Amino acid sequence: MNPAYSVILFTTASGAGYGLLVYLAVFVILGAILPTDLFGLYGLILALALVTTGLLSSTLHLGHPERSWRALSQWQTSWLSREGVLAVATYVPAGLWLLLALLAPGTWWIVSAFLALLTAIGALATVWSTGKIYQSLPTIRAWSQSVVPPVYVLLALATGGVLMTLLIKLNGGSGARTSIIAAILLLASAAAKWLYWRKIDNMPRTWTAGAATGLGSLGAVRPLDPPHTEPNFIMREMGYKIARRHAEKLRFLTLGAGLLAPAALLALAGSVPGAPGLLATVIAAFGVAVGVLTERWLFFAEAQHVVSLYYGAQQA
Amino acid sequence: MTALPATTKKKLGLVIDLDTCVGCHACATSCKEWNTGGYSAPLTDEQPYGADPHGTWLNRVHSYEVGTGAQSRTVNFPRSCLHCETPACVTVCPTGASYKRAEDGIVLVNPDTCIGCKLCSWACPYGAREYDYKHGVMKKCTLCIDRIYNETLPEEDRQPACVRACPTGARHFGDLGDASSPVSKLVAERGGYDLLPEMNFKPTNKYLPPRPKRDETTAKPLSTPRETIPQHDGSPTERLFAWVDKVLSA
Repeated sequence: MNPAYSVILFTTASGAGYGLLVYLAVFVILGAILPTDLFGLYGLILALALVTTGLLSSTLHLGHPERSWRALSQWQTSWLSREGVLAVATYVPAGLWLLLALLAPGTWWIVSAFLALLTAIGALATVWSTGKIYQSLPTIRAWSQSVVPPVYVLLALATGGVLMTLLIKLNGGSGARTSIIAAILLLASAAAKWLYWRKIDNMPRTWTAGAATGLGSLGAVRPLDPPHTEPNFIMREMGYKIARRHAEKLRFLTLGAGLLAPAALLALAGSVPGAPGLLATVIAAFGVAVGVLTERWLFFAEAQHVVSLYYGAQQA
Repeated sequence: MTALPATTKKKLGLVIDLDTCVGCHACATSCKEWNTGGYSAPLTDEQPYGADPHGTWLNRVHSYEVGTGAQSRTVNFPRSCLHCETPACVTVCPTGASYKRAEDGIVLVNPDTCIGCKLCSWACPYGAREYDYKHGVMKKCTLCIDRIYNETLPEEDRQPACVRACPTGARHFGDLGDASSPVSKLVAERGGYDLLPEMNFKPTNKYLPPRPKRDETTAKPLSTPRETIPQHDGSPTERLFAWVDKVLSA
């Protein structure tokens, strides 16, 4: 599948934003962020900015962005529509929470905590439905794995955790517990990704060119004359293929530099106060950014669509 | 609405005969010609004379080589929307622009409400939908709804453009939900089949398999050529023609 940059940016940026929202909500509910603390407000603004950037970026790949409001109508059947509805719905408690933090900091803690809880639920549900959009497509075997939505949620929480640690460090805190939790989530993401890759490498590819054309009983089906001399939409959108050895290198980059090394750095940074701890966290954050962008790019580039059987692939 | 109708009154669709299709692309070009001015007009071509020409077509004709040795053969394979009974392209649509008609089962895209997210094209295993980059909406086979019900056309033209154009009669149009219709009988008689039935989208369109090939290595010729060329018999008629030929050639 063609890795569209707008979709990669959307899912990673909004994922991190939603992850950060979940952290902030937990902190508010546990009373770890004082209602008068500006830090909570800045965190909320950053999270909503990331989510909004992501959502706006996702409309860039639409042919008619001005019609995107129509995507809220078909939630009964479409996961894309559900994602849209959940994303918009999450803005309601998040917006009120932000408003409360801006206008009346330090008052109505219980209301803030309730709004934060609703926001966290909305954030998790939105990321889950993003994963479901892909997982519900049987035409793309690498996507229709049950592990796909959990990976989306884990990576959102892990990237949100890295941002939360960074915010705490920037605010002068030690972030000892947050950084450990973020490191654990990064390790869990790495494990889930490793499982995912093992799964897609070993899955039986039972769709054949013979079944796609129905001619399999007559013998092997090979393309003779192409239907068109230049790539059409189908080949441009669904014909993207990545060389196996490139994919392997990028997987190592994602796991090593993108998830495992930052996890180690964060675990260390938690016990190192001051500038060195902050520096380690910044480096970890850069690593994670590269890691999730590569991971998302690979998610598309490694996915083979059944339609490739009509264009010369023997199995899918 | 992207919810599917529980049943459709008719199941209009195509039956494509892979035995007689000669791969001339007349169905594809006549489809393009009609539909670039029809329901989902226009079917944009980009850079038609440039370095990277491409465009939106609703029908594509592949040619495959099937089998090996004496039994190998060329099979021409037209590919377009199969108007499935349970199409995922419809249910994944977030806007309701993609829909299946309850009256005849035709799957359509409303070009006025499509947002161009392309998810329907991801959901279709048959590559039936092609995105129009210029107009930002998805295009697909309409089964020529603007022909088949068009009372301003002569009756023989009220069928899809591809069917009308096929010079070998390899394309048939009709109600596949009616067991007594000519297309249903044809499917029953020739063993018409679904593409990728295991995907469970229940295509309406059916393909007729190529008929068994004669084995050239063992089959006897249908007639034997004459062993000898007839000799001149020297009759007066033959001598007359020989004389005429000689005079005219002089």
